[in-house]
Amino acid sequence: MININEVIETNKMIEQENLDVRTITLGINLLDCAGPDISEVNNRIYHKITNVAKDLVSTGNRIQREYGIPIGNKRISVTPISLVGASACKTIDDYVSIARTLDKAASEVGVNFIGGYSALVSKAMTASDELLIRSIPKAMECTQRVCSSVNVGSTKTGIDMNAVKLMGEIILETAELTKDKDSIGCAKLVVFCNAPDDNPFMAGAFHGITEGDAVINVGVSGPGVVKRALENVRGADFETLCETIKKTAFKITRVGQLVAMEASKILNIPFGIVDLSLAPTPAVGDSVAEILEEIGLEYAGAPGTTAALALLNDQVKKGGVMASSYVGGLSGAFIPVSEDQGMINAVEAGALTLEKLEAMTCVCSVGLDMIAVPGDTKATTISGIIADEMAIGMINQKTTAVRIIPVKGKGIGDYVEFGGLLGHSPIMKVNNFSCDNFINRGGRIPAPIHSFKN
Amino acid sequence: MKKTVITVVGKDTVGIIAKICTYLASNSINILDISQTIVQDFFNMMMIVDTSKAQKDFDEISRDLEQVGQEIGVVIKAQHEDIFNMMHRI
Repeated sequence: MININEVIETNKMIEQENLDVRTITLGINLLDCAGPDISEVNNRIYHKITNVAKDLVSTGNRIQREYGIPIGNKRISVTPISLVGASACKTIDDYVSIARTLDKAASEVGVNFIGGYSALVSKAMTASDELLIRSIPKAMECTQRVCSSVNVGSTKTGIDMNAVKLMGEIILETAELTKDKDSIGCAKLVVFCNAPDDNPFMAGAFHGITEGDAVINVGVSGPGVVKRALENVRGADFETLCETIKKTAFKITRVGQLVAMEASKILNIPFGIVDLSLAPTPAVGDSVAEILEEIGLEYAGAPGTTAALALLNDQVKKGGVMASSYVGGLSGAFIPVSEDQGMINAVEAGALTLEKLEAMTCVCSVGLDMIAVPGDTKATTISGIIADEMAIGMINQKTTAVRIIPVKGKGIGDYVEFGGLLGHSPIMKVNNFSCDNFINRGGRIPAPIHSFKN
Repeated sequence: MKKTVITVVGKDTVGIIAKICTYLASNSINILDISQTIVQDFFNMMMIVDTSKAQKDFDEISRDLEQVGQEIGVVIKAQHEDIFNMMHRI
C-alpha cells in the first residue's frame, strides 16, 4: 500500500512545484466535413466539433477534482484546414469564415485554444494551401482562440523555400494586422519542419491525417519539479544529475498517462499519446531556464548551455518513455523566451542571444519559440531565420519550429506584454545583414542524403 | 474498489483525527489505513479509505472534508489512490 511519504512527495510536487497536466488536447478529424459549399462546410465543422468535444471541459475538471492534479488547459486540434476547405474555399474570406467557425466552436465548448488552421507544404503548395496561408493574417486578426501552423519542410522532402519566403511576409502582415495588441497574432502562428501529427501543445497542434476520427493526447509538464529535485543533488557528478532528471521525468509522465487513460475512458475516445515535455509558464518556479541554472550555469545562454540542455532533453525522454505506453508529440524541453521567466532574465542580462537560442534548438524539442524582435525587421530576414531553423530540423531529423513576433512599433530596449500564458519579453536583437538574394531564389532545397533509407 | 487517499496538513491540535473519523463514520466510509508524521513542524496525516458504501459521491465527500478542515484549521484533501500508485509503483 502507498505510504505517507510518497503521498507527501506527490502533493508537494503539485502544491509547491507547479506539477500539472498542461493540456488535454482532443484531436478531431474534419475531413468528413469537406464539400463544395462553404456555408455547408462551416455548418458541418461547427456541429462536429461541438458534438465530439461537448464533454471535454467537464471531463478535464472532473479528473482534476478526483485526482487533485491541476489540468491547465483543455484544447482541440483539428485536421489541417487547407485540406478541409480545399474544395469549398475560393477566396481568402472563405478560409477566414472557417477560422471564425473554429473560434465560435472553441468558445462554445469552452476550450482556450483550437489548433489546426494549418497547411502542410513541405514539398510544395497547392492553390488551396497557398490561399490558406495568405488568409492567416486576417484569420489571426479576427479570432481569439484559433492557432495556425505551416509545415514547410521535412527530412524526407527537403524544404519548400517558396513557402519559407511567403511565411516571412505572412508573419509581418499578421504582426501589422494585430499591432494594436503588440502583434499577438504571431504568437499563435508556428512554422514547422518535421511537424508531428500528434502534438497536443499549441500553437502548433493539428490533428494529423494519419490519425483516427478522434483522439485524446495529453501534454504533461513540471519544470519546477525537476528544478527542485536537482536542488537536492547540487555538486554531484553527471551520472547522479542524469539519474535524478530521469526518475523525476518518469514520475511526472506517469501522471500524464493516468490522466490520458482516464479521459479516454470517460469520453470514450481512444488514447493517442502522452507528450512528456517540460513546458514552462511565466510563473516563478515553472522555468526551464532555472533548471539550466541549477545544472550549473549563471544564466541560460552561458557557455555550456547547449550541453546542459542536450542532457536535460535526453534524460527527460529516457525517463518518460517507460512511464507511458505511447509517447509522442514533441517530448523534451521547450525553450520559449517570453513564457519563461528565467529566459527573460537571461535576455535582459545580455546572456542569451538569438544565435545562442538557435544553437540550443539543435538539442531541444522544438525551436525558436516566442521570440519578440523589432517590428521593422525585414520579411526576408524573418524568412532567413526560418530557413536556418528548418535546415536544423531537416538535417537532424527532428522537429523544429519558429514562432517569432516582430512587434510593430517596438525596437531594441522596448518591452512587450502578451499576457497570460504567452508571457512578456524584451525585444531581442536580430542580425540585419541581408539574405535577400538567398531567399529570393525560389524553389526548394532537396531532401538530405540520409533521407534515402528505402 | 477504488480507494481514496485523504491527507490532512496543518498545525497539530486536539481532536483532528476525532473530527475526521466522526465524519467518515457517519457517512459509512471505512478506514483501511492511517498514518501520521511531522514534516517541518507541520502535522501530516494520511488515511486510505474505502468509499464504496458511502451514499454521497466523491465530489460531495471531497467538499465536506474541505469544510471539516476549515472548521479545525487544517487542509484536508481527498484524492483517488491511483495518482499515487501510478507515480510510485511500476
